[in-house]
Amino acid sequence: MPMKPLSRRGFLHGSAAAVGAASLGSLPFQAQADGHGLTVGFIYVGPKDDFGYNQAHAEGAAAVAMMDGVTVVEEENVAETVDVQNSMESMINFDGASLLFPTSFGYFDPHILEVAPNHPDVRFQHAAGLWSADMHPMNVGSYFGYIGMGQYLNGITAGHATTSKKLGFVAAIPIPQVLLNINSFLLGARQVDPEITCQVIFTGSWSNAVREAEATNALADAGCDVITCHVDGPKVVIETAAGRGSYVCGYHADQTSLAPDLYLTGAEWNWANVYTGMVQTALDGGTIPNFVRGGLTDEFIKMSPLGPAVSDASRAQFEATKAEIMAGGFAAIRGPLMSNTGTQILGAGEALVETDIALESMDYLVEGVIGSTS
Amino acid sequence: MNELGLWAIPIAVLGGAIRVSTPFLFVSLGEVLTERSGRINLGLEGTLVIGAMVGYAVAYLSGSPWLGVLAAAAAGSAFGLIHGLICSLPRVNDIAIGIAMMILGTGLAFYFGKPFVQPVAPDLPSIPLGWWSSIPQVEAALNVNVLFLIGAAAAFALWWMFKTTRIGLVIRVVGDSTDAARAMGLRPAVVRTLATMAGGAFAGVGGAYLSLFYPGSWNEGISSGQGLMAVALVIFARWNPVACFGAALLFGGAGALGPSLQSVGISQGYHLFFTAPYVLTLGVLIATSSTTRAMTGAPGELSITK
Repeated sequence: MPMKPLSRRGFLHGSAAAVGAASLGSLPFQAQADGHGLTVGFIYVGPKDDFGYNQAHAEGAAAVAMMDGVTVVEEENVAETVDVQNSMESMINFDGASLLFPTSFGYFDPHILEVAPNHPDVRFQHAAGLWSADMHPMNVGSYFGYIGMGQYLNGITAGHATTSKKLGFVAAIPIPQVLLNINSFLLGARQVDPEITCQVIFTGSWSNAVREAEATNALADAGCDVITCHVDGPKVVIETAAGRGSYVCGYHADQTSLAPDLYLTGAEWNWANVYTGMVQTALDGGTIPNFVRGGLTDEFIKMSPLGPAVSDASRAQFEATKAEIMAGGFAAIRGPLMSNTGTQILGAGEALVETDIALESMDYLVEGVIGSTS
Repeated sequence: MNELGLWAIPIAVLGGAIRVSTPFLFVSLGEVLTERSGRINLGLEGTLVIGAMVGYAVAYLSGSPWLGVLAAAAAGSAFGLIHGLICSLPRVNDIAIGIAMMILGTGLAFYFGKPFVQPVAPDLPSIPLGWWSSIPQVEAALNVNVLFLIGAAAAFALWWMFKTTRIGLVIRVVGDSTDAARAMGLRPAVVRTLATMAGGAFAGVGGAYLSLFYPGSWNEGISSGQGLMAVALVIFARWNPVACFGAALLFGGAGALGPSLQSVGISQGYHLFFTAPYVLTLGVLIATSSTTRAMTGAPGELSITK
């Protein structure tokens, strides 16, 4: 009897269904047991203990894992390619996840946008301000923190610590969020001394250890005595800068342990607070808003404890400015303000407060920053 | 701008050449040794990453960075041994095995290296050869790691070995003609396996330099393709160890061009400056190419030349 030839697609379909059915029967046991269990998936682009971007998210995931009735599944080192689509599909189909946090910027378009319409019951939360109601599915949401304010506070401690009046910034790629951090860092320092300048070096990549080390050495060679960065894993920059005797300001997560004597403070994400809040909303049967933003006041970001090198005057100005920011409506970017190519950005009396949407399309470096966006 | 003005660029390029070149140097010396015996080991990128991980882990656990370097060399030669043994089987393609070993090496390193991403291991010491200068930039540039000096010495030692010693002759004969080697009573598979092991040890040490000195920490992104580029440098250097030293220096120095130009205020088009090492490689290859002398110095038994 001639057998019907089995196509590869048909085989995959059948076997996947079989595996899926088997795992459905056994895996989400606790979820079925208490009736309202929730499985939450976290996906990271790099290692989750990188002292940086991914660690900040993983600390949030760890806080979620402590909540009652919640199971957390995690996957790290997932590329911003079709890989992340497979990870999301597998978390949904095999782990039963109904809330996903694919954390990297490049996961959004096209990957989340590809997968989300096939799973209307699953919520996709993405860390950036990319979601818009008229373009994207309703089961996708964006959340975002005003971490530029943290770099502004970093800048105040840097302004007090520097003796050369030159700060250094190792930056990955000139996107608006990075430019806002660089500008905020310098403007914070200029609250201490308007003569201060900031040298920026772009590495052209979110993660390239050797190039970050070279950039840090070049900044130290140029006389920068306080160095900070915006790259995925600040470990190399912090260690190299401290090795050259420069003070350092942290980013993404707390890097105090890497340079205990030279670490001034750092701008950190506070995802633990944000994620537990969102998961609690989901557990209570509520709807997570599609667009969530917050700053220091909303505990989306926090500052590392001030290091031993921070002077009393520095501490006082840091705390005073922090209180102003906490009061709301604070503007780091205020006029009169020129770009470093000589065009006017804001006239006297104008200001862009931390919540201003115009900050999210920033394409300039302010006067006093040495560097170029292209 | 700083007080040195444009002088900062050559100083930074010199410093970069010394700091960045060492992994390229060790991996390319290892590859020269292997290829001179007639085998290509494309897996040295994986060996480099495994060396970086093992070196960092052992240095952290033992407190001694030099034990870390030794362990990295041992791990590298173990990888070389696997490659050498598999390639000694009949009709096995060394390039395919190399690619498999590269992926295996990085995978194993990521898996076993997980607990060592956070701890801080002791760094290898460096020698302040810039003590005579009062300019901090020069002092920093001439802070030379011992491994760099060992690598430079090894380049000349290998060159001398190939040229004048019996071991060098044996490796060259095996690499140039299996038949001639057999006629001399040599066992080509054994010689090649040993050469691949030694080459792996070199690559492992190159990895230890990455994790224990510069940039000096272990994580999954520690290698930005140094192992692969170093294999290409071997062809660039025409299988000559001393030329490998020059090629590694050139490559490291060109890599420092991007950051140092930005630090003196020349920041337009930094993406182009970062491609300088690759453009330079292409340029030198074109400049030294010839229709009559193509592949000069290539061992006769190499699978890419056969």
